[in-house]
Amino acid sequence: MYARLRQLLRDELPVALVTIIDGPGVGGKLLITADGVAEGSLGHPELDRIATRDALAELEAGRSGIRHYGPEGQTTPEDLVGTPVVRAFIESWAPPPQMWIFGAVDFTAALGKVAKVLGYRVTVCDAREVFATRRRFPMADEVVVSWPTPLFERRGGTLTSRDAICILTHDPKFDVPAVQGALATSAGYIGVMGSRKTHSKRLERLAEVGVSQPEQLERLMSPIGLDLGARTPEETAVSICAEIIARRTGRMAPSLRDGHGPIHT
Amino acid sequence: MKELLDDIDRWQAAGTRVAVARVVDIEGSGPREPGAAMAVNEHGEVAGSVSGGCVEGAVVSEALAILAGDAPPRIVTFGYSDDEAFAVGLTCGGIIRLFIEPLDW
Repeated sequence: MYARLRQLLRDELPVALVTIIDGPGVGGKLLITADGVAEGSLGHPELDRIATRDALAELEAGRSGIRHYGPEGQTTPEDLVGTPVVRAFIESWAPPPQMWIFGAVDFTAALGKVAKVLGYRVTVCDAREVFATRRRFPMADEVVVSWPTPLFERRGGTLTSRDAICILTHDPKFDVPAVQGALATSAGYIGVMGSRKTHSKRLERLAEVGVSQPEQLERLMSPIGLDLGARTPEETAVSICAEIIARRTGRMAPSLRDGHGPIHT
Repeated sequence: MKELLDDIDRWQAAGTRVAVARVVDIEGSGPREPGAAMAVNEHGEVAGSVSGGCVEGAVVSEALAILAGDAPPRIVTFGYSDDEAFAVGLTCGGIIRLFIEPLDW
């Protein structure tokens, strides 16, 4: 089963592994792919069925955790009275989150590197063939020579709340369709580079093409990044990625030293 | 787990037995999420980590005992405030539970 798991992980396909970690049948395993097909057994068909259902839910959410069952798949407290408890660890591997970076500029290479450290699948997109090359962005999983609109039309639907879009071009010709495309997706983070002045000009151009609803514009993080005083492309990349984390966790991102309470919640 | 695959491949190709320790549960302030994993081979070589370096040494001993058949695959708990906890603590004060088993599946 490990060989199968290894292949699925290398191919970055979604998979969940259920392991009995305590109770009857310790070490028993069930491997579940996104289509709901299971391999292996936890020792009882009904237990396998229930664990498969739960594993698919965990996989959907990209979560891992412990579940308690009876040896025959019992789940309700009444049914569990007097039965030994099977503790199962459901570990799920969802495909990596995506970061789409628009604009093949100096900041792009630095942002791509930091994004890779954080586990993103990085796509760099620019319409200029001479700039959008693999040689300039070896850290990217993919370099796409294209205007933003066709890329969004083709694959914008794959972006979810886990994914990030960073628009670094500064060029209204490219920025405006990129922002339009980004706003039509469910991406969890949309950052747009440029000064406050650039941003207000961009808002005017967006209004010209009909993008002016406050709840839409509210999604744009522009100027992009946390206020770290970043100067270099690398520092800016850290400030952008830190902002992405803070937006996801809903934190204001002050220093831990100056706060109270537990670090992790 | 993903980051362990290459090391495990290398060890298994050399006919070396391997145990895997996975974080299955954390309470309070834990340094790594459930699913964080480390692999230990029968020579005590290590890949990956399951905490900020606080418990790795103890995990190696546990893994070697399990590989040697001196202990069954099981949950091992680390943390200072728990009765069942081992002597090794986490600097963050949390509790971390690992499931350690031979990679024979």
